[in-house]
Amino acid sequence: MHLGEISGLSLGAATRDAFGDALKELGATNQHIVTVDGDVGNSTRTEPFALAHPDRAFNVGIAESNMVSVAGGLAACGKIPVVASFACFLMDNAFDQIRMSVAFPQLNVKLVGSHAGISIGEDGPSQMGIEDVALACSLPGLTVVVPSDAACTKEATRACLEHDGPTYLRVGRGKVATIYPKGCPFELGKAITVREGTDATIIANGLMVAAAIDAATLCEPLGISCRVIDLHTIKPIDRDAIAAAARETGAIVVAEEHLQHGGLGSAVAQVVVETAPVPMRFVNVGDQYAESGDPQGLLDKYGLTAKAVADAVQEAHGSK
Amino acid sequence: MSKLSLDELKSKAKVIRELIIRITTEAGSGHPTSSLSAADVVTALYFGGFMKFDPKKPADPDRDRFVLSKGHACPVLYSAMAEAGYFTVDEIMTLRKLGSPWEGHPNMRRLPGIEASTGSLGQGLSIGIGHALAARIDGKSYHTYVMMGDGEMGEGQVWEAIAAAHKYALNNLTAIIDQNGYQQTGATKEVLDLTAFQPKLEAFGWHVQTIAGNDMAEVVKALETANGIKDRPTCIVSRTQKGFPVVPLLEAEGDPNYHGKPFSKELAKKAIAMLG
Ligand SMILES: Cc1ncc(C[n+]2csc(CCOP(=O)(O)OP(=O)(O)O)c2C)c(N)n1
Ligand SMILES: [Mg+2]
Repeated sequence: MHLGEISGLSLGAATRDAFGDALKELGATNQHIVTVDGDVGNSTRTEPFALAHPDRAFNVGIAESNMVSVAGGLAACGKIPVVASFACFLMDNAFDQIRMSVAFPQLNVKLVGSHAGISIGEDGPSQMGIEDVALACSLPGLTVVVPSDAACTKEATRACLEHDGPTYLRVGRGKVATIYPKGCPFELGKAITVREGTDATIIANGLMVAAAIDAATLCEPLGISCRVIDLHTIKPIDRDAIAAAARETGAIVVAEEHLQHGGLGSAVAQVVVETAPVPMRFVNVGDQYAESGDPQGLLDKYGLTAKAVADAVQEAHGSK
Repeated sequence: MSKLSLDELKSKAKVIRELIIRITTEAGSGHPTSSLSAADVVTALYFGGFMKFDPKKPADPDRDRFVLSKGHACPVLYSAMAEAGYFTVDEIMTLRKLGSPWEGHPNMRRLPGIEASTGSLGQGLSIGIGHALAARIDGKSYHTYVMMGDGEMGEGQVWEAIAAAHKYALNNLTAIIDQNGYQQTGATKEVLDLTAFQPKLEAFGWHVQTIAGNDMAEVVKALETANGIKDRPTCIVSRTQKGFPVVPLLEAEGDPNYHGKPFSKELAKKAIAMLG
């Protein structure tokens, strides 16, 4: 049973595939776009672009530090470098290079972390990016985007490439539910309300948006009407949408495929506390590393489920 | 830029050394000795006809690039750039003061003509590769020079970059290692001995020259030779003295490395006198 199935959402493409398709499409017309890879282009899906434009694609080997700083140099010369690796190898391994060669000089580098979250499955915790959002959000001036489905990723990729400044786009390995069958009304920094509701709000990103929609479906017969917000851009954050949700629904649950500290939950809580304090609950991986296993089994075991989100909603709602 | 004669270059290097000492002593902090060792190479690059640049057009896409990877030596860069007309001497005298864009390490967002924000050692050669690859994509003929410290060579990223520059046969890239024999906590031979740079770089497929880097004639000759190499990246291992030419004064102070310490007013006076 995939996330979103309870609500009848069908399974769509993986967000990394949507990113790869969008990159290839946009790279065909924008000659400034180049890629810098660290020997995982066939995993991150920069490969279709690289094969189409070998003159604008650089694979520097398993050398993430060099990869990121090379991109900084290319950006300083007016290129739009897309630097993709597994989220953990990019963000964690090359964090100082992202700080000094990208964020501090505010260079127009497009960072893309694939294989984010525990849902990568069998490869296990060494390959799971679950602290990447916290690291990314800590850097001044870095736009941080976690799209929920293929359509959202396509628009997010376009928006990141068009944005003048450094960005981090987080994509996943496996197929995810289709949230936007008719296309995604994506705008950087602007939350999308995917379902209206009056009694509580679930704010989610990535594959947890599908879990949030399912949770809303589960809460309906209990008499709790849930608003669901896809908060794809964590930085800069949509304060108005969060404050309005807190004021209008009085309870907030945040769901994300990330460690408990420093991700979407922390960012939303900061805004809620500053604008309209209401009861909150958080669904995430917790303060621990996961393990190997099948993706669905991992999501179940580590509590990234529709039921966990629905339980959190009842708790938050119940403590109003 | 005008191309100075050998004698003129030697005088220019003296002027730049005096500025290095004056601005760091005025600041009361900074890295004068790391800057002094590099002064001859930097002088030759800016005034020996090797780099084409126009201080009035610091963002000219065709300009040659100089990336100071050992960013703590920025007093040598600020001083050379002041002499070249990017800044005034009065301006660089504000080094390290609150509000001054002449920060303790180069900040490309605050100053024209600075090619990279450095200070975290190990990243400059990779950034230079980015510039060199961009030149290739754009069919431009500019050259990128990157200066690193010998202690900085301990960073793994430098060796990632050395391998990548060879992969792309970057004939428009020249690395200079300012081999002054010291890093922060002592002699590089004792801290982490990587001193046989020439065979290491050659094994990575680079063209390498080892020179006496405080001898202007050798510096000029090496930069000319580097210009003639058309099939691969080049490296100049520039053997220098940290604090050149005032090392005897530093030895008398009991600290020949004198890393990250400004000269007192008195020491600065003696050092400037010693420049001749
Ligand atoms: C990544 C990093 N680690 C440590 C430092 C602190 N640091 C500043 S200068 C320096 C020594 C540099 O030695 P070297 O590269 O030989 O340059 P020199 O001062 O001798 O010219 C150190 C360790 C730093 N700036 N960056
Ligand atoms: Mg040294």
